[in-house]
Amino acid sequence: MDTLLYLTRRIAQALVVILIVTVVVFGLLHALPGGPARGILGPQATPQQITLFNHDQGLDRPLPVQYLYYLRQLLHGDLGTSYTLNEAVSQLIGQRLPKTLVLTVLSAVVGLLLALPLGMWQAVRRNKPADYVITTLSFVAYSTPVYFLGLVLVMVFTQVVRWFPSQAPQGDTVAQVFADPVALVLPVVTGAASMVAVFSRYMRAATLENLSEDYVRTARAGGSRQRAILFRHVFRNSLTPVIAMLGYYVPVLFGGALVVEQLFNYPGMGLLFWSAAQSSDYPVLLGCVLVISVATVVGTLLADVVQRIVDPRVKGGTA
Amino acid sequence: MSVQSAGRWGLVAQFPAPLRARFARNKLAVAGIVVVALFFLFCFIGPLLYSTDQTHTDLTQVNLGPSGSHWLGTDAVGHDELGRLMYGGKVSLLVGLAAGVLATVIGTLWGSIAGYAGGWVDAVMMRVVDAGIAIPALFILLVVSAITTPDTGGLIVILGLVSWLVPSRLVRAETLTLKSRDYVLTLRAIGGSHSRAIARHILPNSVSTIVVAATFQVADAILLVAYVSYLGLGVQPPATDWGGMLSAGLTAAYSGRWWLIVPPGLAIILVVCAFNAIGDGLRDAFDVKGRG
Repeated sequence: MDTLLYLTRRIAQALVVILIVTVVVFGLLHALPGGPARGILGPQATPQQITLFNHDQGLDRPLPVQYLYYLRQLLHGDLGTSYTLNEAVSQLIGQRLPKTLVLTVLSAVVGLLLALPLGMWQAVRRNKPADYVITTLSFVAYSTPVYFLGLVLVMVFTQVVRWFPSQAPQGDTVAQVFADPVALVLPVVTGAASMVAVFSRYMRAATLENLSEDYVRTARAGGSRQRAILFRHVFRNSLTPVIAMLGYYVPVLFGGALVVEQLFNYPGMGLLFWSAAQSSDYPVLLGCVLVISVATVVGTLLADVVQRIVDPRVKGGTA
Repeated sequence: MSVQSAGRWGLVAQFPAPLRARFARNKLAVAGIVVVALFFLFCFIGPLLYSTDQTHTDLTQVNLGPSGSHWLGTDAVGHDELGRLMYGGKVSLLVGLAAGVLATVIGTLWGSIAGYAGGWVDAVMMRVVDAGIAIPALFILLVVSAITTPDTGGLIVILGLVSWLVPSRLVRAETLTLKSRDYVLTLRAIGGSHSRAIARHILPNSVSTIVVAATFQVADAILLVAYVSYLGLGVQPPATDWGGMLSAGLTAAYSGRWWLIVPPGLAIILVVCAFNAIGDGLRDAFDVKGRG
């Protein structure tokens, strides 16, 4: 019952947050020179056309009315039309998002596969040289701009040794992306690096916390071997909260995708966003912002809920 | 944890060393201070000793490798790269510091008011913070840069406006614990105003949280402005910052001109690491909760 109440309250909160996000995006859309009319008619429209359009669409009505109109459009999945690509924004995002998801999921998986054992190893060898070395490295990786790492990798692996191409797989479909796995190596590694830094820290902390729990002492007293305790109990208990942290990591993943896609010319949502920023294609920009924000809210919600279910001692989130 | 080390911790807790001593014990944090000081010297005093022309292009001197006359070579329009590193560093450091401080000020005001007011005011103010956190700063910065091309001052304001959210949460949490303390209640009982309670008691007692948050905020702001400039929408030419110096990096990477990539990249990493290390040191010295 308690959990159900928490769940309801938390979902209501998330909805309020998404509503505020739509207000911000709506506000930005109206802050544009020319307003949404400019967004739909394009930069070539004459002032007369804009006035006429505004009247037709009810855009000369009070802002709150217009906001409701905008919300209704959103609920119908209408994010407007791109200036430059002459296509519905929802359609553009629908085409590009899966490719971005492929890239981010691959990076996340590679990152976690490295980070989890590293973090555990650090916890076991706490305050030994290996721990200090890895801690320092994650500190550096955390402070490294993603694009700088990407540039260095491009320089090393396409100029010094020619192992990997500098361009990510091209093509419109996800299948075409997987057709060229060698070209995926550099983008995925670039995207995974900061994950390794952050999640090895989480895993180290979670493992340390579990190692000091009573059940570990009991298991040890009962004669269980260190290895068995680590893998049978500590690893499993540390894993879930660390995986749940992924939910909070959604905005960082999208930010990373933006840079990686721009650097390796990977035709996903990040590259779409970047080109839209170059050409001031506001409907695309704000459509992407909305999608990413909703994903972030959902990620945070999932992370909160999972943590709450896994560890009922966690008190119910924010106010 | 062994019995011995537990004893050592107990002792430390019993006789807390003075703040400065505790900070000084953290070697990484002290190294951070040294690195930041060296970079300030490099960027602000350096140009006096190593004078270069960073306004005019010199097309007879483009893309030269490091040599005696250009220690770090020249870029694609003939600027001396070492001189440019100093010139861009000024912008990176100043914008980062100013934006970090601005964000902390906004966050402190917002968080202390929300936490002190409580109730529905708090709930509404914190949902706004949640919404702000839901819109990733990098994306909103690029949208704003596409609408208007900000000058350096404008960039600082925009950076401050998108990154005050985390400090506001920290200060709010601090305020929640402070507002029910006896001295705050006493002040209210004898007729002190709310703003006086915040200004006289809440904020001074949150100073350690605020200072630690500000340090991390500066590190984040330096990174953020480097990202925006790298993507071609931050500091506009002929001015530049370390991120902007890397915006032509891909061409340089293909042609193997490492001297155009490695120095600004390392400068960013070193300075951001340094600020993070200082933040860590301060957090441990103040013994406050910051980010993990």
